[in-house]
Parts: sequence; C-alpha cells; structure tokens
Amino acid sequence: MGPPLTSKAVQTLDRVVIRFAGDSGDGMQLTGDRFTSETAAMGNDLSTLPNFPAEIRAPQGTLPGVSSFQLHFADHDVLTPGDAPDVLVAMNPAALKANLADVPRGATIIANTDEFTKRNLAKVGYTESPLEDGSLESWHVHPVALTSITVEALAEFTGLTRKEKERAKNMFALGLLSWMYTRPTSGTEAFLQKKFGGRPEILAANLAALTAGWNYGETTEDFASTYVVQPAPMPPGTYRNVTGNTALSLGLVAAAHRAGRPLVLGSYPITPASDILHALSSMKRHGVTTIQAEDEIAGIGIALGASYGGAVGVTTTSGPGIALKSETIGLAVSLELPLVVVDIQRGGPSTGLPTKTEQADLLQVMFGRNGESPVPVIAAQTPADCFDAAMEAVRIATEYRTPVVLLSDGYLANGSEPWSVPGVEDLPGGPVELASAPNATDEKGEPVFRPYLRDPDTLARPWAVPGTAGLEHRIGGIEKADVTGDISYDPDNHDRMVRLRAGKVAGVTVPDLEVDDPSGDARVLVLGWGSTYGPIAAATRVVRNTGAAVARAHLRHLNPFPANLGEVLRRYDRVVVPEMNTGQLALLLRGTYLVDVRTHSSVRGLPFTTVELADVISSTLEEVR
Amino acid sequence: MTTTDLGMPVSGLQHVPHLPDDAGKQTKRDFTSDQEVRWCPGCGDYVILAAVQSFLPELGLQRENIVFVSGIGCSSRFPYYLDTYGMHSIHGRAPAIATGLATSRPDLSVWVVTGDGDALSIGGNHLIHALRRNVNLTILLFNNQIYGLTKGQYSPTSRVGQVTKSSPLGSVDAPFNPVSLALGAEATFVARAMESDRDELKAVLKAAAEHRGTALVEIYQNCPIFNDGAFEVLKDRSQQEARIVRLRAGEAITVGAEDDRKVLVRQGSGVMKFVSEAEAETGEKGAVVVHDPALDDPSQAFQISRLDSPEMTHVPMGVFRQVSRPTYDDLVRAQVSGAVDAAGGPAGDEDLAELLRGRDTWTVG
Repeated sequence: MGPPLTSKAVQTLDRVVIRFAGDSGDGMQLTGDRFTSETAAMGNDLSTLPNFPAEIRAPQGTLPGVSSFQLHFADHDVLTPGDAPDVLVAMNPAALKANLADVPRGATIIANTDEFTKRNLAKVGYTESPLEDGSLESWHVHPVALTSITVEALAEFTGLTRKEKERAKNMFALGLLSWMYTRPTSGTEAFLQKKFGGRPEILAANLAALTAGWNYGETTEDFASTYVVQPAPMPPGTYRNVTGNTALSLGLVAAAHRAGRPLVLGSYPITPASDILHALSSMKRHGVTTIQAEDEIAGIGIALGASYGGAVGVTTTSGPGIALKSETIGLAVSLELPLVVVDIQRGGPSTGLPTKTEQADLLQVMFGRNGESPVPVIAAQTPADCFDAAMEAVRIATEYRTPVVLLSDGYLANGSEPWSVPGVEDLPGGPVELASAPNATDEKGEPVFRPYLRDPDTLARPWAVPGTAGLEHRIGGIEKADVTGDISYDPDNHDRMVRLRAGKVAGVTVPDLEVDDPSGDARVLVLGWGSTYGPIAAATRVVRNTGAAVARAHLRHLNPFPANLGEVLRRYDRVVVPEMNTGQLALLLRGTYLVDVRTHSSVRGLPFTTVELADVISSTLEEVR
Repeated sequence: MTTTDLGMPVSGLQHVPHLPDDAGKQTKRDFTSDQEVRWCPGCGDYVILAAVQSFLPELGLQRENIVFVSGIGCSSRFPYYLDTYGMHSIHGRAPAIATGLATSRPDLSVWVVTGDGDALSIGGNHLIHALRRNVNLTILLFNNQIYGLTKGQYSPTSRVGQVTKSSPLGSVDAPFNPVSLALGAEATFVARAMESDRDELKAVLKAAAEHRGTALVEIYQNCPIFNDGAFEVLKDRSQQEARIVRLRAGEAITVGAEDDRKVLVRQGSGVMKFVSEAEAETGEKGAVVVHDPALDDPSQAFQISRLDSPEMTHVPMGVFRQVSRPTYDDLVRAQVSGAVDAAGGPAGDEDLAELLRGRDTWTVG
C-alpha cells in the first residue's frame, strides 16, 4: 500500500535528517524505529543514530533524561546519520535545550507545547518559554499541543486513563511526521497489531493517535506542504533494515551454518552488546545455544569449553568485559582453539559512557594480556557490514584455531541501515573438518596423535574434540612442547612456540588494502578503521566535490595488517587517521611502519560529523599544497 | 507403546557411549597417560589419582568420552596423568569451561578437578553457579587447607589461627565448610571422602559419576610439604572411630566405637546433638536422626554438615545429599532441540535464508 494522497503542496527533497527527542519515557526510540521502517519501505537509503542515557528512567523532564533518535534518509546513498537535523521533534523543554545547539538556523522544530509548563521550563533552567520569548526566531517552529490533542483524539476511549492516553502521543508525532514526509503507515499499523494484539483498547488508541497525527498535518494550516524524498537508486536485491547488533548476530549464525558446526554463545549482559545475546537466544531453531553466564569470565569460559567440544564458541561483551576475559583469551591463545570474542566498544575507562560510542579498546584487545599473546583483530565498518565482519571472524577462528577479536561499537550496534540480504549460496566459508585419525607415528611405527603438529600452510593445529577415539590428549595453559603438546619448560621450545603462535597469526590471509582515489592524484590519504567508515567516506565526498583530490582507505583487519599497508602509507605526503580515541591505530602504524601518520582524535561519545572531518581534510590539503 | 514417566533418577552417564559388551575389560593402565607424575613425594594426590585410575574402568565408558577439566593448583595437574581427554585451564575457571563443554556435548562424562583455593577462593563464583544450575558435572574438590603450588599460604579452608607463610601470627580468615557451601548453593549431590579411605572414596566417586547433575565431592587430601598432618586425627586409627561420622542412607547417624557409641538426635529446639546410645533409646534428649540424602529440603543435610568443626571432633563422611532435579544442560538442549523439531528438523539453507530476510524486506530492481 502506498502513501495516501494529500491535498497540500508537495515538495521534493533529496535528503532529510530528522531527530526525535524526548524524555526517556516518551518512546522516542520506538518512534524513530518505526519511522525508519516506513522510510526503508519507501526505498530510501538511510542511516540512523539512537542516542540515549544509561539511566533507564532519569528524573522526568531533566536534561540527563533526554533520549533521541536521528535518521538520515535520501534519494542517494547515505553514509552517516547526518551531522545536523533538518527537523527536530522536541517532546519537552529538556529535549529542546539538549538538542538545539545541533540544529542549524532555518531548520524546523516541532515542539510539544503542552510540556512547556513553568515547572518543566524551570527544570532545565529556562526562565521564559523559548517558544514565546523570540529566541527561536531563526528557526521554523511549529508549536503543537501534542499531548492534549492526543488525549482529545482519544476521548471516546473511556476505558483508558489520561496517563494511558498521553502515552500515545509518540504515535501522534509519528503520524504527523509520516504525513509530512509522505511515509506509508501500514507497516506501523501491522507492528502495533502485533505489539498490542492482546490489549485491543490500547491497540485502537495507538492506531487512533497515529491517524490523528496524520490528519492534524493534513488539516491545520500550520503545515503548508508535505515533502517527498524519492527512492535511492540501489543495486537490485532484497533489502531489509538492520542494526549492527542484528547483522552481527545473523553473521555468526550464517558462519556457523556454513561451517557445519553448532554455535554456542556464552555471555554476560552488558551495554551495548546485550542485544546480540537477545537476538541469538531467539534463534534456537537454527541450533544456536545461548548461555547467560554468572559473569564475564564464565561467559568466555563457557564459549571456550564449547569450542573445545567442537562448537563455534562465541562470547560477546564491551570494553569492561574484555578486561575480565583477558586471561581466558590468553588460555585460548595457548590452547589454540577457535573462539570469537565480540567487543562492542563504548566510552571508557571503567564504566565510562555505557550508551555512547568510542574506539578506544583497540590496544586493549591487541595487547591486554600477559606474555606474547597475539590474536587476530578485525573491525566492522557499518551496521550492515557487521554481518560480513562476523563471518570473517568465524572464518579466521575456525581455520587458524585461534581466538579472534571482532570490534564493533555502540554507534554501529544501535545504528541501522538497509542491508542487501545475501543469498545463502553466495556466502563465504564451507564445512570445517575436525581431526579424526592419528597424524603421526611414534618411534615404534605405531600411529599416534600429536595435538600440536601443525598444518604447514596455516600453522594451525588439529581441532581434535573429545569423543574421538584414538586422539585422547591433554592441553593446557602451561607451555607445551612443539608437536607433542606435552608440558615443556625448555627455553628453546618456549622461544619456538612463541614464534609459532605469532607466525600463525601474522600469516592469516588478509586481502590487500584497497585505496579509493578516483583521480589518482591524491597526496593525502585518510585512513580509518571501524565505524568511522561512514563519516570518512562522506567527508571525502564533500572535499572531492570541491574539486580537490584526496585518497581514502579503511582497515577491516587490524591484526595482521594487510601486506601492502606499509607501501600504501608511504605513497602519500600526509596520512590522516581519524579515530574516536587518542591515537591508538596511529601508534600501531607508527610502530610498525615508521610512518609519521597524523591523528585526528575525538572522544565525545559520538561519531565524527562529516563537516568536522571535511575541515580536517581540507586543512591537511592546504598544508601539502 | 505408551511411555509413562516414572520419575526415576536418570544416570549422569545416560548419553555417554559405553563399551560394547564384547570389548576387552579396561584396566587402570588404560587410564594412565605416558606423562611423569610430578607431585611431591608423599602427596595425597597420588592416592587420589590411583583411586580414580583404578575406579574409571568400573564405569565401562568409552575412554574418549571422558574429559577432565581442571583449574590451577597442585590438584589441577591431574588431567595430564589420565589417558582421557583433558584440559588444564586457568585459576578457578574450570566449572565455567566444563559448563560450556557439558552443555554442548551430552555424550561426554565431564569431570572437574579443583582444590580449595581454586574452587572456593578465586573460582568461588563459578562453583556456586555450577551447583545452582545443576550442570551434569562431577567436581572433585581436593581440600588440603593450604595453597601448595604457591608454596604455603593459608587458603579459604585453613583454620583460624593457622600459621602459614602469609599468616605468621596465625590466620584470622574464617574458613568455608565446602559441604555447607555446596548445600547452600542447592547442590543436588554433595559428598565428602578421605583420600586414604580408598574403598569409601571409590564408592562415593561412583555415586557421583552416576548422578545426573552437578556432583560435588570434597576429598580431604594431605599436603606433606606445607600442611602435613592436617587430617592426621582422622587417619589415626586410635582416634578415627571417635571422630568420623559415616553417613549411611536409612540409618541412624552414629559415631564412636561399639562400647562408646553416640547417636545423633534432634532436640526440641531443632539443634542436633550426639548423645549416648542409652539416651537416644529413651528419646528424652530428642529424636534420633535418620540419614536421608534424598530429602528434597536440604536443611537436614546442612545441619549434618555443621557437625564439623576446625577441631575435627566429629567429621561427617559420605553422601550428604543426593536428589534428582532437572539439569541445566538437559533443559538448555531440550529448548534447542524442541525448537529444531518444531520447525521440522535441522535448519537448512532455505531456513537460513528466511532468517536472514527477516520479516520486513523490500525489493529493488
């Protein structure tokens, strides 16, 4: 069903950024989610950024309680959730105050006037209502009595309390915005049917509020026209909208399916990783086992135990959890068993900013263990890319019998974008073989099993699981003799084993780094990793549109690095590395390649804006001119 | 044919492949690895190792389906000396690793070997949660009341006042009673044995292995180097009888030689106390306590565990509790297999494709 017709003027836009902002209890994440779904159904490309406090319900109406959801959608490919909203929906004074600085003059603000009471204004330090004191003159303000109109529209629902009616105001707002941007509401109606199917009156009230919002836009003169954003030209295919955590969960399941091994997740709840535990625990039909452990250490221990038994063992966490899992990652390095460790990074140190994003765990996962303890590290770049990154993590873990760290972050985890759903037959990977027979002969010529006899190409040891007759062996964290796996304190053996483990990880096959330099004339390279992919790509696009040449490359593999990375770095007069940390990749690059890379750093708990990075690139270009 | 669930206890080894009838008889040798045993001379661990190696053939299991997982400490070297599958892991974490293994592999008999420091100090959290979940594991807790591998510091079972390298003026740390702790965590099988009492140890091990759920066996073990003689009063034949309380299901709980036997009674206040046989017969001091490890309520077993004291005046030995409760791993597997069966069998490519598509897709082109 397409969007209903409107009697008002229709303007066509190429892109829009909308931010829904309100109190934590106002349902802004749900509103944003639904609007995203409607937008995806329209065929626009899009990117989203939820931003919410760590407190489940901070005091009502206060600045710490503000929760927001930003959506960028366009008729062309979208790389970021957008720097600045074109439309801010402010459900209360706190939402206005917390977000106004991000809203450029000339943009539209829809404010819920019912909440602009003296008391609520005072809570956030307004002495006068900004809706009335002229301070918002430079913006297009639409004052809408969202709450009271919603309550009025639901007058016939006599079985509902006023509070219950008020709660539907987010659906009113969604209806209004859906009208403004000619989004179809049928998906939301179906969603509400499912969510409130058991409570008919609540369902009917929400549907009525949604329609009332739509009709409000259509009938009041305050809104002169509606807007259309045409579908973006996207490659043919079947699409769905995914968050990073959803895509990552699907990638793990798909990889285990291709490997022909069961997936076992051992995990302890932690923001922003818990959604992976939730998603996987609902995928039992796909043979997925999830175990919610007593702590982070048990989470990874369970995963490692399952891997020892022949499963694809996975543990999911965030930075504080990695700190607790470090010793077990080291054990897995020594045991040389497959293990996937997913780190959804958040602001640190310590508890830090649980719901905000950061990229500051890179050095922790690289080096945060005792002894020489190398592990492959890969990073996801966009929400949808979390799928491919998860599949790659499982590939490396199972092929090389090693723990692999997969880095994502809070921005990717909760952000969403359309994903072209791959065909199962096109997925990488294939059956993973377990050891089934002795692999050597002893001095008497009898067949024996040598648990640390390596594949000459990959240096991987056999994955021999309990239950396999004739391969009984013991493994452990004490240094083992090369080949036999017996305990060994021999100095030369330890030296050799350290080098073998390092050589194995260094030898993981990694594709060469591809550089995006359309003109071929660039003298400046912008190199990134992880979730800075979108902002960097958007910023280089902005700079290139001015006629300047700039090269761009993004690292999927952080350990080992692509073989051509040193050569790529040396090709440019300047290499700029934007990171949401204080220069962790830069430190690795400098140490590895002796190249004077330059860090652009921001640790604000938010992704880079396109404008910020475009400025950095432009000023670097000035320097080398 | 209809099947009726009689609620019969299910063996902990139910899904573990047994040797075919025509297979040759296993011996202790089959379970002895080629590794040189490296405990100190006179260590109680040798005795336990010999008992386990000679007991394992009695289970009649395929050797490759037995796994020993250990943590860190002297006792945790155990897996190296058994020719089964084995993992010597990290300090305190063996129950967690074993939980992952046992849950994903119902065909394995999974054993955890741990010590008082490993299980009760650094790994205390994993131990209580394994017990609470009732994962199908057999945990052997070697208690020597000392840290041996780190050369002699007090442990969470060292008695108050014990002088060790790290407590030169005597330990002020209140010790755990491992049996009480396990019962508090609602363990479904809890037993205690002496390393030196081989027959009793083997009987307890067999019951523990066949128990479905987490079985905790505390084994008193002598450390001849750092805590020699900790259990001497229990080994000394002249004192043994007066101190060891042998728990026998269905029997009164008694201690002492025939001419000086004391019987456990429960007084009106609920407190348990040993009284003379004569007093027990009259019932004037309370009702005779009959040991019943199958009681659903763990209170009586807990009370019996409290007869113990640092002076070892009365030390109960044997099976404190043995009840049937659904195991965590069985329940987890049932949910997965139930979902798989309900969907018509293991997920194929088309099922995966459906999962990837989700519920809300659109098509371009």
